[in-house]
Amino acid sequence: MTSAALYHKPDSQIENQIENQSDGQNDSQSNSTGYNFAYLDEQTKRMIRRCLLKAVAVPGYQVPFGGREMPLPYGWGTGGMQVTATIIGQDDVLKVIDQGADDTTNAVSIRRFFARTAGVATTESTREASVIQTRHRIPETPLSHGQILVYQVPIPDPLRFIEPRETETRKMHALQEYGVMHVKLYEDIARFGHIATTYAYPVKVNGHYVMDPSPIPKFDNPKMHGNPALQLFGAGREKRIYAIPPFTRVESLDFEDHPFEIQGWDQTCEFCGSDHSFLDEVVTDDEGGRIFICSDTDYCNQRFANGARQEAV
Amino acid sequence: MYVAVKGGEKAIDQAHSWLDETRRGDTSIPELSVAQIRQQMGLAVDRVMAEGSLYDPELAALALKQASGDAIEAIFLLRAYRTTLPRFLASVPMETNTMAIRRRISATYKDLPGGQVLGPTYDYTHRLLDFTLLANGERGSPSHSSPHSSSPSTQASDETVEDCPRVLDFLNSEGLIESPLANSGRTQSDGSAESAAPADLTRQPLDYPAGRDLRLQALARGDEGFLLALAYSTQRGYGRNHPFAGEIRQGEVAVEIAPEELGFSVIVGDIQVSECDMINQFIGTETEAPRFTRGYGLAFGNSERKALAMALVDRALRARELGEDVVSPAQDEEFVLAHCDNLDSSGFVSHLKLPHYVDFQSELVLLRRLRKEFEERKSGRQGPKVNTTSKPGNQDEPSTDNEQRREVKQA
Repeated sequence: MTSAALYHKPDSQIENQIENQSDGQNDSQSNSTGYNFAYLDEQTKRMIRRCLLKAVAVPGYQVPFGGREMPLPYGWGTGGMQVTATIIGQDDVLKVIDQGADDTTNAVSIRRFFARTAGVATTESTREASVIQTRHRIPETPLSHGQILVYQVPIPDPLRFIEPRETETRKMHALQEYGVMHVKLYEDIARFGHIATTYAYPVKVNGHYVMDPSPIPKFDNPKMHGNPALQLFGAGREKRIYAIPPFTRVESLDFEDHPFEIQGWDQTCEFCGSDHSFLDEVVTDDEGGRIFICSDTDYCNQRFANGARQEAV
Repeated sequence: MYVAVKGGEKAIDQAHSWLDETRRGDTSIPELSVAQIRQQMGLAVDRVMAEGSLYDPELAALALKQASGDAIEAIFLLRAYRTTLPRFLASVPMETNTMAIRRRISATYKDLPGGQVLGPTYDYTHRLLDFTLLANGERGSPSHSSPHSSSPSTQASDETVEDCPRVLDFLNSEGLIESPLANSGRTQSDGSAESAAPADLTRQPLDYPAGRDLRLQALARGDEGFLLALAYSTQRGYGRNHPFAGEIRQGEVAVEIAPEELGFSVIVGDIQVSECDMINQFIGTETEAPRFTRGYGLAFGNSERKALAMALVDRALRARELGEDVVSPAQDEEFVLAHCDNLDSSGFVSHLKLPHYVDFQSELVLLRRLRKEFEERKSGRQGPKVNTTSKPGNQDEPSTDNEQRREVKQA
């Protein structure tokens, strides 16, 4: 786990980061779609930007926002799309991944949506992208300052599965009444010997709010900590936005005698030989044949191109 | 060597063109026009308008055509279009009293001013398949005089219905029922500018507790099937509220707007609506004489089932304000409002079709580890013991694999 030196950026700097993303788009009635640049009208973007600023100012706090109905189904990334549509500018380079991969159908669909409605450049390279919209993964390639990672969030409240009522969970967050969450994790240990949460593993942000990191595997949790990139989370159906500003403390909940740990594999990637990235299991036959490949396709391709395979063999 | 699956882009394109082909069906059959759908599938069009919350029969018909008749898909199309429309202003509250009546019935009075007008309803049809329609025959068209030569003219024609005062107003003037704005929250407390503008959940996130205006908006957009089931549950005792259908009316109402610069209101058009006033369980306290309570339902078009269900659920949701115990799903505001929208629910349920490789892999890794540890423990322990004696020693581990699997899944 990295423990990057944490320091707080002045809010204005982050504000600039968000505002800059939207520069130079206001007069653009881009492309052939007949819709505004990046689909959303400017009033809506303004409303969302205000919520984003609030979210950045109160890390991990779920800010309610007037989520719009998008032309894609709820649950398919409408929250992330609204955030992306709000922050993206003409000069941005967009990368969209689902399960870490650029070529999964929904990632393709969302990337096309923005290529069509905003006419922005798209890429599969993590390094080249200025905005990365993701579902279920954080790229293996470390992000850098100035990049923005936009998460698609299905259920923004980590307490939802313990207490389904919004009226209750809001109180619990306000009072930092997170005991139930630890009880749940403890019960896992009592029952299984391990904390049985493997994805959407709850984190504490900046020492205050317990936050749902969206259903990324807990493998990715450490990457959120002290990340130089701005991390934005959009839940469209539930109409919530939250954020982790750059270089923020993000701790995965655990116990002293059961410290947080990430999953690992005995196998390595079939393509690039990586022994340190998140691996997807592929069933190759009906006789128990399995191979493992990197879930992050861009990372895998890069390693492959750099001859990592030969190196590994 | 294994090659990873690629080509999502191509697959999507192919899927779309196949979909177009499938939607069109056999090209030897004439294509259905939007006008035909609008005219002959009116109830489907009305449902799409009601839940799409956009009054535009032509676009609703287009949406139905594009969606191969799938109501929820059509509602989705209409909503996604609606969300891009600018909002000029809110209309003046609609006067359904002045409705041009097509249908008006009351289940509480045998006769009443304005009379009972059955209108074009399926209510008393015998549900026998009409094979004349199958044979492409037009039935009962005005030109064909049926055997019953005296059959009534079906058109509303010149014989206009006289003014129809609202049934609940009769009760209200006697004080037998609460006033329509009772406890609406708009007559009380903050009589500021806020009370002038009704809440709009398409612009602001829903917040609990929600005012009645917000609840009614959510219900009006809500899924007919879901509301119907909830309404039914109240009738079967889950939050019973003793309803009488005081009045159900259907017809055209003028929509008026009052632009600030004009200073008076102008009619911008007529819309067809279905309205239901429900008379419910009376309440009374030591200081207030007992009186009936109300539930209200309104939906675009001929959507009577929806309006009835909405009225029942509206009344059930008023439990808190009327001092009733909230014990049933239909009375539970968070439960009803959070789950009544069919785009929310269909979107989230169908998102299970999206890839979840990563999360599933995470679960697999853990499950394999748990099972490995389980086997190790078992083999370590079983050495000298016989199977049956392992019971007491097993306290701290799951009894069976199945149970273990289930619990991991739940977690």
